[in-house]
Amino acid sequence: MLPNYASPIERIWFWTFRILCVSVLIFLVSPLLVIIPLSFSDNTFLLYPIENFSLRWYQEFFGNEVWLNSLKNSFIVAPAATLLAMALGSLAAVGLSSSNFPGKSLLMSILISPMVVPVVIVGVGSYLFFAPLGLTNSYLGLILVHTALGVPFVVITVSATLGNFNVNLIKASANLGANPLTTYRRVVFPLIAPGVISGGLFAFATSFDEVVVTLFLAGPEQSTLPRQMFGGIKENISPAIAAAATVLILFSIALLLTLEWLRGRAEKMRTAVEH
Amino acid sequence: MSETMTMNAPLTAADGESLKVKLARERRNKQLKAIALVAPLALFLLLTFLVPIAMLLKRSVDNPEVITYLPQTSAEIAGWDRRGLPSEAVFAAMARDLTVAKEQKTVPEISKRLNMDISGFRSLIQRTARKMPLEVAAGESVRDQFIAMDERWGDPDHWHVIAKNAKSWTPYYLYSSLDLRETKAGMPELAPEEERAFLSIFGRTLWMSMWITLISVLLGYPIAYWLANLPARKSNLLMILVLLPFWTSVLVRVASWIVLLQQEGLINSALMGLGIIGEPLQLAFNRTGVYIAMVHILLPFVILPAYSVMKSIPPTYMRAAISLGDHPFAAFWKIYFPQTVAGVAAGALLVFIMCMGYYITPALLGGPQEQMVSYYVAFYTNVTINWGMAAALGSLLLVATMTLYAVYSKLVGANKLSLG
Repeated sequence: MLPNYASPIERIWFWTFRILCVSVLIFLVSPLLVIIPLSFSDNTFLLYPIENFSLRWYQEFFGNEVWLNSLKNSFIVAPAATLLAMALGSLAAVGLSSSNFPGKSLLMSILISPMVVPVVIVGVGSYLFFAPLGLTNSYLGLILVHTALGVPFVVITVSATLGNFNVNLIKASANLGANPLTTYRRVVFPLIAPGVISGGLFAFATSFDEVVVTLFLAGPEQSTLPRQMFGGIKENISPAIAAAATVLILFSIALLLTLEWLRGRAEKMRTAVEH
Repeated sequence: MSETMTMNAPLTAADGESLKVKLARERRNKQLKAIALVAPLALFLLLTFLVPIAMLLKRSVDNPEVITYLPQTSAEIAGWDRRGLPSEAVFAAMARDLTVAKEQKTVPEISKRLNMDISGFRSLIQRTARKMPLEVAAGESVRDQFIAMDERWGDPDHWHVIAKNAKSWTPYYLYSSLDLRETKAGMPELAPEEERAFLSIFGRTLWMSMWITLISVLLGYPIAYWLANLPARKSNLLMILVLLPFWTSVLVRVASWIVLLQQEGLINSALMGLGIIGEPLQLAFNRTGVYIAMVHILLPFVILPAYSVMKSIPPTYMRAAISLGDHPFAAFWKIYFPQTVAGVAAGALLVFIMCMGYYITPALLGGPQEQMVSYYVAFYTNVTINWGMAAALGSLLLVATMTLYAVYSKLVGANKLSLG
């Protein structure tokens, strides 16, 4: 807060700064707020002001074979890719943090690199490699590449969780007579689980939002929700897109809340362990 | 055991084995276990990520057409001294190859490839192939017949092109991606001005990425500072306003920006309603639109790492500086800011890297002047089906990205990538 003795310049600065920050925050959320009401509009164009409210675009979205199919595909590809990424990523993170071996930091850089390599390159490359193998126009091909794109998030979050992990807990558990499996199940896993799950959420969001690789690899039958939206925005932007967008926004709110809840839980567990 | 023996003997474990050996083995076992845990993912990424990228890199220098579809000519022309016209044997081989190519319908592959080097080669090959097989009477020369068919066969330049492409790799696509071309001596030179295209596209990609990064940092830094210095309750609440767009699909955000920015969009109608402007501004489908949407997408990637860096700076430092007589601005600049530079720079570098490879936003919200390298990679793959160019542009983009990523890893460490 501004003290009473603040000079005029300090006052001006204080308020300019505040106004700047608030406007940036408005800039960040306004697009999300703008599109939701439009999905309830009766108008065929995505325009304000809204004259009549209706649910016709939700009917269009949930009654249309193409949209439903893309929604279904997204819910096939993203969970499969997420589970695979969680399994492979957490194993690798445990390995990376358990011991030092030559080339470890290089290996880590390579395992993270799918995050930074331009997706178009991944798309073209995987098309070149998968086409002769018959993996284009298939769910499997899509799932494999989406896993590769999501796995760095799992490696990063699980590694971070393991960084806070107290190795003495394993020794204590063994000392108290638990075998390695029990130790893993009762001590290690509950502590790294928040990391695994939040990495999984990132991987899920990555796959669920992925367009470019899908453009190259998927046929019309595997078209995912973002792919369908991409086509929709490109050709003719109808309010059905606003309905799809609203569904996706609700979905991201759910993801965000889950993540925050996990973070709170992890915090609680860590402090409980330390005290 | 004598006394002297015990004194020199190395430390041993309970079973009498040297402790040193045992510890080394233990460490090796642990390393092997670690490697075994990482191996499945390493193998997985090798097959789904690294090999595909390697194929893309290989494709950028791949040159299979001439040696595959003109095999005899390729073999014969290797012996050509590159002076004057090739020998009669080369012409004869060409006639045989084109006959086979006509039967197997591979003429378009050959003519498409050769046409890249000399325009007009396509029709020359097609016209010649149509006349195959040649009927050569004894004592007649195939060479003369070829030249009689089309005098371009008497032009050594055309044969130079065939000779140049009679090997399995070519720098052609990489050169073209950099607006270079190969001289007869095999050296690269800059293409004439009217044929240049890609250097400016690379330039544009870097230029736009730079501006987007700069704007994101300028807008993100104050927000991060504000949030980091607010009471936890308030900052957690406001943080949701940063995290929610971060978690929302990029396509949703692009669609919203189109709604906001289009001619009859909310921003234009608001500005016109207020009487600030007389006619709608062009905000979407040009650079303004791309900048706005890209900054919106990438801003959280600046705010989140900057916030976590700022959170770790004790507020007492600033207070100490101020109580020692520094003006708050000076204290900020001398004490606070230097501690945030590294973290913010890392975030900015990451944003720049992500920007360089962006495809969706420019494709949906930009005009032709806003398309970056990624767009042309997709364009050559989907529209003109020129794999060589797609792969070459992709490879150069990859090299640029990986160079910056190496810098990033060096500065921050890859495992320190912040996820908010």
